[in-house]
Amino acid sequence: MATHRTTQTHTSLIHLRRRFQRLSFILPALIFVVVMMAFPVAYNGWLSFHEWTGSARRAPEYVGIDNYTELFTQSDRFFPAVKRTFLFTGVVVTAELVFGIGIALLLRDAFPGHTVVKTLILLPMVATPVAISMAWLLMLEPTIGVFNKILRDIGLTPQPWLGSQSQALWVLMAVDIWQWTPMMAMITLAGLLSLPEDPYEAALVDGASSLQSFFHITLPLLVPTLLTAVLLRSIEALKTFDIIYTMTRGGPGFSTETLNTLAYVRAFEYFRLGQAAALLVVFFAIVLGVSVIFIQMRRSVSMRQAL
Amino acid sequence: MTDLSQATTPRPHRPLSRQAAMSKRRAQMRRISAESVRAVLLLVIIVIFLFPVIWMALAAFQTQIEIISPGWGFTPTLRNFDRVFSEYNFLRYMGNSFLVAAVSTALSLLLGLPGAYAIARFHYDWLGVVLLAARIVPGITFLVPWYILFSRAGLNGTYIALILSHMIVSMPFIVWVMVPFFEGLPIEVEESARIDGATMLGTFVRIALPLSVPAIMTATIMSFIFSWNNFMFSLVLSGDDTRTLPVAIFNFITYASIDWGGLMAAAVLITLPVLVITVFMQRYVVSGLTAGAIKG
Repeated sequence: MATHRTTQTHTSLIHLRRRFQRLSFILPALIFVVVMMAFPVAYNGWLSFHEWTGSARRAPEYVGIDNYTELFTQSDRFFPAVKRTFLFTGVVVTAELVFGIGIALLLRDAFPGHTVVKTLILLPMVATPVAISMAWLLMLEPTIGVFNKILRDIGLTPQPWLGSQSQALWVLMAVDIWQWTPMMAMITLAGLLSLPEDPYEAALVDGASSLQSFFHITLPLLVPTLLTAVLLRSIEALKTFDIIYTMTRGGPGFSTETLNTLAYVRAFEYFRLGQAAALLVVFFAIVLGVSVIFIQMRRSVSMRQAL
Repeated sequence: MTDLSQATTPRPHRPLSRQAAMSKRRAQMRRISAESVRAVLLLVIIVIFLFPVIWMALAAFQTQIEIISPGWGFTPTLRNFDRVFSEYNFLRYMGNSFLVAAVSTALSLLLGLPGAYAIARFHYDWLGVVLLAARIVPGITFLVPWYILFSRAGLNGTYIALILSHMIVSMPFIVWVMVPFFEGLPIEVEESARIDGATMLGTFVRIALPLSVPAIMTATIMSFIFSWNNFMFSLVLSGDDTRTLPVAIFNFITYASIDWGGLMAAAVLITLPVLVITVFMQRYVVSGLTAGAIKG
């Protein structure tokens, strides 16, 4: 009886020790996640119901849902920023996808210098975005920039580029497309190289043209990979900050202001922390919503393909 | 004899082989033209992707007058680089960037590697989901509370604030790269080590980690690059003494007249380490950038 009890406590002790050992693997990471990530998100939610300028002498004042109603009914910068954020994301991700697939197809078969080309096209996305923005600022400068220099040399009208309310957002999109098309190309290329060979052999036997086999075999097989790539890129594109803030600061006027730069300006230039927090809650909800839609799409596609 | 040999040559085959040769030549021609179209397209693509970087590098070797003048020619000078170090204190900012990137990467590995191993082996799936969600949350959502809390703790402008904030990006990324890799390792080796009496920690350190060197390389390189390139967190949380390179270069353009040569020299200096890493570690950078997209 006694021996039985001791073995029982012994095994449960071993069990407990093992549990503890396993937990100790995740504990440091878990503490970091709770303190550095979960807590700020919760604090941000709490702050969104308060008005505060960050002053140590005046405590945050509870204002209910005022910050949210202000956002949706009074602010004349919120909805334009939402529209611009979606326009920016939609245009750049679509362009990056199309160009990325094209480049991936060019890089599919090995040729002399294959690795060199693959390395060179990585540069736009690993180069420091702020440094790249500075290079684009110089190139786009209306009087000394290389683009207008070329336009003048071939007898065309120089453009204001970032100085124009109607052009600035599109110029920023072009920079983003330049920067991130290589990522789409890399992901698509990795997807292409993992495709099975059999469908192509069958298509070749059936006498399908290369265009036909691209649209009827390659593209459908690539859809799950492409959807994941579009998901990852869309999340990042919705949050684009570096190139916009460093090149235009949301201007001229507010013509390039997106949700991220608007939130930044409200928090760190106007110090309206409560309003910024409310905006961030909405911003987070938007990014989450877009992610969930893509994740669902990807799931239904892979389920259909599994059948 | 000669007649006979001529008679035995397979005549009926001749027109066919000529036809085959012609179609072969046609296919060859088509392949050559396809090859040259591809070569031209690739050249155009490379020029487009490299042009801003090359332009930046060229401007870094020009004087302000040469940059502003409408002409194209210039005599290379190193004065911009000299000025960047002597006037703009760039060595200090480089040191800051390097310190923050190295320490935040090291700490993220210390937390992320065991975390990822536990998610893969002991099935703490919920932690994996939480860390995935962290990639979706806009960074600025963390930044506003952290700015307030760091101010209160008197930590704004310190290395501690910068390192912790950079870890918000790199720690989840490391887990994101490592979990699928650990899941793919054969479990048998680890099990036999456990039977031989190795502890859980011993198995992880002596067996799982050495097998994961390529993935750890990817995680480390990308984490370093992310921190080196980080702008928004550093813009808010760095001080005069702890300023990192991206913030320092951004401050260039707040002057009334921009020193373009100095600005481009600074841009070259920031970009150079990342470019060198990419050229020599191309394989790891590619797998880092495409992580999660293929297996996902």
